[in-house]
Amino acid sequence: MLHVAVATRAFRRYSTYRAATLAGIFTNSVFGIIYSYAYLALWKANPTAGGYDAQDAVTYVWLGQALLMTIALWGGGTTDDLAERVRTGDVAIDLYRPVGLVGWYLASDLGRAAYHLLTRGVGPTVIGFVVFDISLPSSPLTALAFAISLVLAVVVSFAIRFLVACTSFWLLDQSGVKVMSGAFAIFFSGMMLPLVLFPGWLGTLAQALPWASYVQVPADVWLGKHTGSDLVAALGFQVVWAVVLLAACQGVLRLATRKVVVQGG
Amino acid sequence: MSLTRSQHEPLIDVRALERTFDVRRRVEGRRRRVRDSVLAVHDLTFTVAAGEMVGYIGPNGAGKSTTIKMLTGILVPTGGQVRVAGLDPSRDRVELARRIGVVFGQRSTLWWDLPLRDSFDLLQKMYRIPPARYRDNLDRFVDLLDLGGQLDTPVRQLSLGQRMRGDITAALLHDPEVLYLDEPTIGLDVVSKGRLREFLRALNDERGTTLLLTTHDLQDIEALCDRVIVIDHGTSVYDGPLAGLHAQGGSSRMLVVDLVDEAPPIEVPGATVRRVEGPRQWLSFPADASAAPVVAAVAASYDVADLSIQEPAIEDVIRELYSRDA
Repeated sequence: MLHVAVATRAFRRYSTYRAATLAGIFTNSVFGIIYSYAYLALWKANPTAGGYDAQDAVTYVWLGQALLMTIALWGGGTTDDLAERVRTGDVAIDLYRPVGLVGWYLASDLGRAAYHLLTRGVGPTVIGFVVFDISLPSSPLTALAFAISLVLAVVVSFAIRFLVACTSFWLLDQSGVKVMSGAFAIFFSGMMLPLVLFPGWLGTLAQALPWASYVQVPADVWLGKHTGSDLVAALGFQVVWAVVLLAACQGVLRLATRKVVVQGG
Repeated sequence: MSLTRSQHEPLIDVRALERTFDVRRRVEGRRRRVRDSVLAVHDLTFTVAAGEMVGYIGPNGAGKSTTIKMLTGILVPTGGQVRVAGLDPSRDRVELARRIGVVFGQRSTLWWDLPLRDSFDLLQKMYRIPPARYRDNLDRFVDLLDLGGQLDTPVRQLSLGQRMRGDITAALLHDPEVLYLDEPTIGLDVVSKGRLREFLRALNDERGTTLLLTTHDLQDIEALCDRVIVIDHGTSVYDGPLAGLHAQGGSSRMLVVDLVDEAPPIEVPGATVRRVEGPRQWLSFPADASAAPVVAAVAASYDVADLSIQEPAIEDVIRELYSRDA
């Protein structure tokens, strides 16, 4: 109940920035168009690159644009609130409450993600569908699997952003780590280039890292690249990273509150 | 009331509490920073019984906040023992959080972007306050603290006094056994301060809520607390009734005598003349001694037009305590 209320509140809070939302959808769409033409040129040269055809590739582009804000790929989201509260010492107030910090901020981030999905997610997807005729999930099962994969993508991304925010307990400011983590996320999520195009060991590595959960796995689920036990394995991959990283969040938080002084009197 | 704790056990039990901080500092001529250990709190022992109102005072950096953080479990002691309501605060932080309330003068526990009512609703869910109890409490505090008109105002638009009253309501909705108040009247005007003190006193009377108050405003203490603990350099330098502080601080009261005619300094046992201005003389005598014999002695040997007694300001007493310890 509490966590639903927290998520609802975050949803409403983000929904007050309407102009920013519209500007964001516009930006996503412009990048979507640019990437689409670049990918179309690429797949014209190599029509089966990475096991995708041209329509898969363009769909991948628009899914990436739709996921960008939903998973808060560059960092940000409600974990920025946490980092700021650590910096100012207001985190003390969070710690006085009879509720776990990880669950609280996760609920809040899911509320934010829901808002961004409905706006920054649906907006570019519709434009991609109208302008570039991107493919849709082929069956209700695929759509359901995508929905699950999407939630897991948000959870994995949340956990990484939470860990980054926790560095401010020691460094007093997360911004350096956040920039670095954002760079990793863009490269290893498949946002810049699908991981299926990464060569050799780099591809293997990239597909094993948690960032693969951000864009590559949900996109492949949408495109129907995973079926049967393969689909279970793909979702299982995300679940494992979500569990491991959330446990790490709990551990780091415990360490932070044990070893580190909450700022300010 | 807790079932795990007997009636006689103190609500707050602090024994030989210690907290050190590692501080790194630069030393000239050395490449690496030197690690230093700073004793923020040491050898601190006190107990607070349920229903007490205790002032916890000390200069900046004395260890007040460090103590409160250990009492609430967000800081782990490096030595000694703390029990609050029968719990080990740092180990049972979440469990303890349900039974305590915390109010900071300089931080808000409310949500900046939410109307006051929504903040309270979130707290109801967070503390799992039974709906009937929640409504009763909310109605009562809103009435007592005169917040009725502000319930639908976002917190960021509230005045400091309104926000403070909102914060106090927020801290009390779940019927905490202990309320920690950190500088609750800071920045408030005289009227608001007075109302807040009145409210806290009534709360303690009616519900027996234990209050631990840190403040620099000694009027808060005078208005509310029967007992003060003075902490300096991380340890308690005084623990007792407010009145006893005077004796402890070696402070004195002042007898102001207006004589009918100018006279040389008055000589009476137990008092010394501090100042003479025409027919008016100031005699000081120990704060813990009775004024009666001094007054009698003066009246017996001099023609007195008027007499008055000045009580020592508690600020002076505490300043005296601090400087003695340093």
